[in-house]
Amino acid sequence: MPMLEAQAGTLHTMAVNRTQPGATMPLAVRGLVLDANGTRLLGPLDLTLSHGSLSVLMGPNGAGKSLLLRLLHGMIKPTSGEITWAGEPLNDDHRRRQAMVFQTPVLLRRSVAANIDFVLKQRGAAKYATRSGVLEKVGLQDKARQPARLLSGGEQQRLALARALATEPEVLFLDEPTASLDPASVLMIEEIVRAAQDQGTKVIFVTHDVGQARRLADEVIFLHRGHVLERTAAAQFFDTPNSHEAGEFLAGRIVL
Amino acid sequence: MQDFGQAFSLAFALVFSGDADLLEIIVLSLKVSLTAVGLSCAIGLPLGAGLAISRFPGRGVVLVVVNALMGLPPVVVGLMVYLTLSNAGPFGWLQLLYSPSAMIIAQTVLITPIIAALSTQVISDLHAEYAEQFRSLSVSPRHAVTALLWDARFSLMTVALAGFGRAVAEVGAVIIVGGNINHLTRVMTTAIALETSKGDLALALALGIVLMTIALVVTAMVMTMRRTATAYAYA
Repeated sequence: MPMLEAQAGTLHTMAVNRTQPGATMPLAVRGLVLDANGTRLLGPLDLTLSHGSLSVLMGPNGAGKSLLLRLLHGMIKPTSGEITWAGEPLNDDHRRRQAMVFQTPVLLRRSVAANIDFVLKQRGAAKYATRSGVLEKVGLQDKARQPARLLSGGEQQRLALARALATEPEVLFLDEPTASLDPASVLMIEEIVRAAQDQGTKVIFVTHDVGQARRLADEVIFLHRGHVLERTAAAQFFDTPNSHEAGEFLAGRIVL
Repeated sequence: MQDFGQAFSLAFALVFSGDADLLEIIVLSLKVSLTAVGLSCAIGLPLGAGLAISRFPGRGVVLVVVNALMGLPPVVVGLMVYLTLSNAGPFGWLQLLYSPSAMIIAQTVLITPIIAALSTQVISDLHAEYAEQFRSLSVSPRHAVTALLWDARFSLMTVALAGFGRAVAEVGAVIIVGGNINHLTRVMTTAIALETSKGDLALALALGIVLMTIALVVTAMVMTMRRTATAYAYA
């Protein structure tokens, strides 16, 4: 796919300017617990993630995948336990080196270009070259002047991804970004994510789509009822998962 | 006292003749109300946005107060501003009573709560949508307020027009602090009240026609803005 190759090239150029890939890694989670109204939603949970591999969080609905992602990104506070990045508790500096793409893209009521400019200005770097480079990377350079919210669903998600990548994150969280998108958009987004990972961004990707996990994952963290049941290299996970629940899930059976 | 038919024909003649007195009254009305709207927006929009995104003890009480102030009776506002600006009041030394400035102050006091309360609602709705994304992007409160005000610009223009509608149509506040002095503080509403009481229905009706036209233009502007915003998915 020539366009994607060109996009990967642009990604490479941008990655050269990145500040020390992996500087905020490793991520260590110890005894993480999240309760709400007396109900245990997540944990206790221990996990260590390091730089260099694309981690996919999998599990059935309600397993706690999105909650874990939000906890790691500091969007919600845990009831107990600790999350450290490179040995330090999550702070504003870490947060600025992270970006998150949500299942439903939240776009500003502005043009496509203005959506990118917004984050660039936040980081003190509103440069036309950066903006156009990011838009080219996700194949939206021709739509820069269009109202962002009139884009198709796939284009909107690509713009959300471009906005996240414009901050040159060291860690990129993706919360089921391709749910309910058409296959072509899914493919484009997966290629962009893979290119970002290859260029040094640590990608933590939530999905319950087995096919997508198979295409993207270097390692799979399987969650069930708020616990990490297993963390296995992708090469092994899809053929011989360690947990019974993961096996049932991969076989397409309903896991409660 | 003229009969109605005569009054209407005289009124239309006045409107279309470009009568100097009539024009003076219309221009002063617009000047006072537009300035008041500008000042109210400068105060009320950041206040509304701040209230929408902040959480502090007593916020509920502040919201109730701001919403209650939306219904301030103009004569009460007029009286408060009169007391403040009169020679015995704290700002008597400014010598602003019975001047267009006093009328602007009164209308600003009257419509700032309207602008603040309505913009709080508009910004709250938008903030509910943006909050998680802004938190993820580590957007500072100051930048969040600026971004929310800009993205809600079409809805907020409607809010400003609502404030203008209230300001240009009220009579109680401006008549108390302005005094309805000819060629100085006489605006459309005070002139209508005066001319009606004098029985000069033609001028009163002519001004009424102008006021109604302004109301129609304001409504048309609101509708056009909504349509534009919807077309660009900016609403």
